[in-house]
Amino acid sequence: MVQQAALLSPEALVAEFKKNGVTHIITIPDSETNYLYELMRVQPWLDVIPASREGETMAIAMGLSIAGKTPVCLIQNTGMMESGDSIRGMGLDSGLPLVLVVGYRGWTRHGITPDSAARYTEPFLQAFGLKYYLVEHDGDADRISLAFQDARATNRPVVVLVGDEYHGFNR
Amino acid sequence: MNAADAFRAFQKHREKAIVIVSGTSGRHWRGVSTNEKRDAALGGAMGHTTSACLGLALGLPGEKVCLFDSEGALQMNLGILTTIAGKQPKNFFHFLMDNECYATTGGQPVPNAQNVDYAGLAKSAGYAAAYHFDNLEDFSTNVGQILKQQGPVFISMKVKPEVENEPIGRRQRVAARSRAEVIHDLRQEIGIKVG
Repeated sequence: MVQQAALLSPEALVAEFKKNGVTHIITIPDSETNYLYELMRVQPWLDVIPASREGETMAIAMGLSIAGKTPVCLIQNTGMMESGDSIRGMGLDSGLPLVLVVGYRGWTRHGITPDSAARYTEPFLQAFGLKYYLVEHDGDADRISLAFQDARATNRPVVVLVGDEYHGFNR
Repeated sequence: MNAADAFRAFQKHREKAIVIVSGTSGRHWRGVSTNEKRDAALGGAMGHTTSACLGLALGLPGEKVCLFDSEGALQMNLGILTTIAGKQPKNFFHFLMDNECYATTGGQPVPNAQNVDYAGLAKSAGYAAAYHFDNLEDFSTNVGQILKQQGPVFISMKVKPEVENEPIGRRQRVAARSRAEVIHDLRQEIGIKVG
């Protein structure tokens, strides 16, 4: 069985958040990011805002951005699809930069994706005209900085898909 | 109570609070407000003005943030009550103008319209305090004292519905600032520099 050469560590993601001046993470933890949640909670420079539904996260982010903060929405692809109206009205229509880090549930590298959450994820992003980057391991982590650059240059939401095929953040 | 009268009672105690309104009742605020640059229209997604106001309150802990929500919008995202309570923003005042219906679509009742205890929901969710008013006199007497409390505070008000039946395309539009103008004005007023 072919294994991925390297894994995406929570430390790499948190380091990218710090490098890009992130102040708040608005999140609903999912199975792909549960270890990340614990690591974020202990960072003194980062305020974690647990939300009750994913659509809240883009709206809370808009309020924070107006206040001059740098929020990130950390959700799963299933919740992203639930949030279409919020992505439209609070993300795209706000004219503010925003990075969404989205757990890519069901992602596989061989092209056969039994999970419909994965099958619809990229078509969903394309329908909204959202640019996205796939991050699978630590070697891809600098793509997160590219997402921040794009978001700031375009004043639009940009998505980072966390496609962690084999293990997620479950340890 | 009448929404415009409730706004006039609030205005006497507003001081420099940032005010956000939603719903059909909220349109009366424009004729009452004396500080448009601290009025922020944060609508745009169903039920999520409340969430945007939480973000604003958390980002501006030194500013008082007052939202005049509507019960139809709140019912679309009741979970926000727990999200707000979880962060306990001391500067957040969550007013609810409850007219028991979707006034903007013809007055159809919201689910269980006459029987929902919104103040009870907020208090149970973990707000620092919650109040309910069904008449203007009591609201006018108490609103000043409530605004001196530590948030998050929830203030539910029963207001008279002002139902619109005209198709949206035929309704008279009032010129309003764009989202970009609202953000620019508010940032300038508060002294936030970005980029």
